Amino acid sequence: MKFLNLVRKAPLSAQLGLLLCAAFTLVAALAHWIAPFDSAAIVGDVWMPISTKHWLGTDNLGRDLMSRLIQGTQTTLVIAGLATILSFTLGSVAGFVASVAGGWVDMALSRAVDVLMAIPTLIFALVVLSVFPSTVPVLILVMGILDSTRVYRLARAVAMDINVMDFVEAARLRGEKTSWIVFREILPNALTPLVSELGMRFIFAVLFLSALSFLGLGVQPPDADWGGLVKENKEGIVFGIPAGLAPAAAIALLTIAVNLVADWVLNLTSNVRGEQGNV
Amino acid sequence: MSEPINRPLLQVRKLHLAVEAHGVTPLHTIVEDVSFDLPKGQVLGLIGESGAGKSTIGLATMGYGRGAVRIVGGSVVLNGKDIATMQSRDLQAIRGCEVAYVAQSAALAFNPSHTLMEQVIESAVLHGRSTRKEAQQRARALFATLRLPDPENFGSKYPHQVSGGQLQRAMTAMALCPQPDLIVFDEPTTALDVTTQMDVLAAIKDAISETHVAALYITHDLAVVAQIADRIMVLRNGKMVELGETEQIIHFPRETYTRDLVTVRSEQHNEKPANGDIILSMQGICASYGGEKTKVLEDVSLELLAGQTLAVVGESGSGKSTLARVLVGLLPPTQGTVQLQGAPLHARLQDRTREELRRLQLIYQMADVAMNPRHRIRDIIGRPLTFYFGMNGQERDRRVQELLDEIELGAGFADRFPAELSGGQKQRVCIARALAAKPEVIICDEVTSALDPLVAGGILKLLLRLQEIEKVSYLFITHDLATVSAIADSIAVMHRGHLVRYGSKSEVLAPPFDDYTKLLFDSVPRMEQGWLESAMAGRTKNVA
Repeated sequence: MKFLNLVRKAPLSAQLGLLLCAAFTLVAALAHWIAPFDSAAIVGDVWMPISTKHWLGTDNLGRDLMSRLIQGTQTTLVIAGLATILSFTLGSVAGFVASVAGGWVDMALSRAVDVLMAIPTLIFALVVLSVFPSTVPVLILVMGILDSTRVYRLARAVAMDINVMDFVEAARLRGEKTSWIVFREILPNALTPLVSELGMRFIFAVLFLSALSFLGLGVQPPDADWGGLVKENKEGIVFGIPAGLAPAAAIALLTIAVNLVADWVLNLTSNVRGEQGNV
Repeated sequence: MSEPINRPLLQVRKLHLAVEAHGVTPLHTIVEDVSFDLPKGQVLGLIGESGAGKSTIGLATMGYGRGAVRIVGGSVVLNGKDIATMQSRDLQAIRGCEVAYVAQSAALAFNPSHTLMEQVIESAVLHGRSTRKEAQQRARALFATLRLPDPENFGSKYPHQVSGGQLQRAMTAMALCPQPDLIVFDEPTTALDVTTQMDVLAAIKDAISETHVAALYITHDLAVVAQIADRIMVLRNGKMVELGETEQIIHFPRETYTRDLVTVRSEQHNEKPANGDIILSMQGICASYGGEKTKVLEDVSLELLAGQTLAVVGESGSGKSTLARVLVGLLPPTQGTVQLQGAPLHARLQDRTREELRRLQLIYQMADVAMNPRHRIRDIIGRPLTFYFGMNGQERDRRVQELLDEIELGAGFADRFPAELSGGQKQRVCIARALAAKPEVIICDEVTSALDPLVAGGILKLLLRLQEIEKVSYLFITHDLATVSAIADSIAVMHRGHLVRYGSKSEVLAPPFDDYTKLLFDSVPRMEQGWLESAMAGRTKNVA
């Protein structure tokens, strides 16, 4: 109820973003049922134009593009979503522990993160993925771990500020363990900046995955995410066939939608910060 | 209508200040129906607790409102001009020239990258009141009047090179330099130690009488304002409670609220006889920060008796808060031991057992950062119950309720967040959290310093009552001697890490005094006119 009220009061841009995000999620969740054709089946000629039967035409092998885009939505969202969740769990817990424990723990973690960050992410991912098989779990793991370094930095900085507050000291004087201090004292207070970062990180994960697939090291055929779809159909653009543009548009639309929502959440929580106890 | 010839310099009539919510009603009123006159050369004291609107009134006389505060009614007439209706361009000509402002925190008000002289003469030169040379000359004269060291060269220093008390005096010089008609002093001595406060107060008083400037003196400390003001206005919740001559306000207050303000600081606690078991003892404690570099405590030995209160008094930098950190194990001492009921405590927090931690609790100065803003009061008080005694569910809820009753807060508070409580209520919850552990000793680190006098008085009474019920001992750290006499059974006076005087309250407060204790006691403002002069005279005699 509270959420609905908030949405009603949200600016138009945020409402639009929310609507689009909801639509994408719905499509991803129901992909199996709403896709008009089997996404792997060849159902027509190569690069057929848009028609009532094939809403977005067919792709470079004659598969229904609409169905592939819908399946791709699921693949993209699931992989990017799980990678983001992994990077947040990993990054924020490590960041919190580093700032609370301090000393050599902080030193070891921070320097390890520095090393990871010193290598360009895309190149690092390309190297790792050319060694390991490009299966979905490996993709999620690689993307999650690489992205967690960014989250670690933010989480550590936020936790540093909270860690010096008297209530954390009070918990320490009570004899609380590090896990209590991290999850019960610091986490609830660090949630605001982390949640707004979550949206941004998810978008980066989508873009990163698309880039990997475009380069052929992401999701492997016959499955395809949006980046893979662009790759498959990019030659068509030369011949004036728009098949490659549909997945590109989907990437752009999702990016903008999530950004609009993230902006709104950031505004919302920064207004509330310090004045209200709960978000 | 003919104007009276000797009209006052400042005339405030039915002043109404409010926060504008997007330019439309409803307005949130901050100050209502305040009227007063201030003739040239006089000082009016504005006194009240936080939220009384005293600073807001002070700023309104400069035509300034913090945030969205606006003058919505009444008039503020300075030198025959109504400030309330003035445009910002005209206000600019007046501010810093006809009316000047002295802020509470001089450290924040000075720009760290310019010399003091640049900043002191700035407004005089900008407003074209005098040339640079004249302004500098005047500034040097003011430095001398304000008894700043080496007045000839004082101006060439940067703000970080001088002490807090000197900076506050430099700010007074800055306000006086353009020869304004009115100065607004906003709590100029509140952030200072008592001994420094006395110097600054005397300097300000001299400067006012020498320059014949009119002044509004804003403070929450009635004893301070009694030294400097000709008349006092008592404010509460944005309304005037009482306005009268200083003599009348402090000796014959008409309103109950004023009477409470006058008497709250003179509460006396009857000392308990010094017999009983020693519960906490410190032997030869030495402590330092950064390895051995900065020594902050040297050879401090104290004993706390069961069910009693030991007050540790000192100014900032005396090491009294460091003593608390040593006791709770945050800063292991370089030498000496702490014993709780005869058994030595581990020096490091990490080595202490849960039982040891339970028996020694700490209450912080700032209650609002001592509680996790995302936890409900129920969980804040309930956590020690679960942690130390394994209480859960209904048993825990019942105990939380008992504790809330003990601190005089009702059942409705259990589900609130700290942000929904007032300052005094927050401190009460912190007390309840400490009590929940059923400790033998509670260390109170300046627990009343951040509170208004009446609220602080309530907290002290609560602590004393709880001591009766729970038989708990307090180590009470404070800089405020009025608080000490209201709660202590024995007193330790600290100065620069050393224990200078220690004993039962009656012993410590009775002469003969050592030099520092005498200085400290003499510096506490008394609620009588003329105290400042006699105290200053006493001090110069001592020095001579």
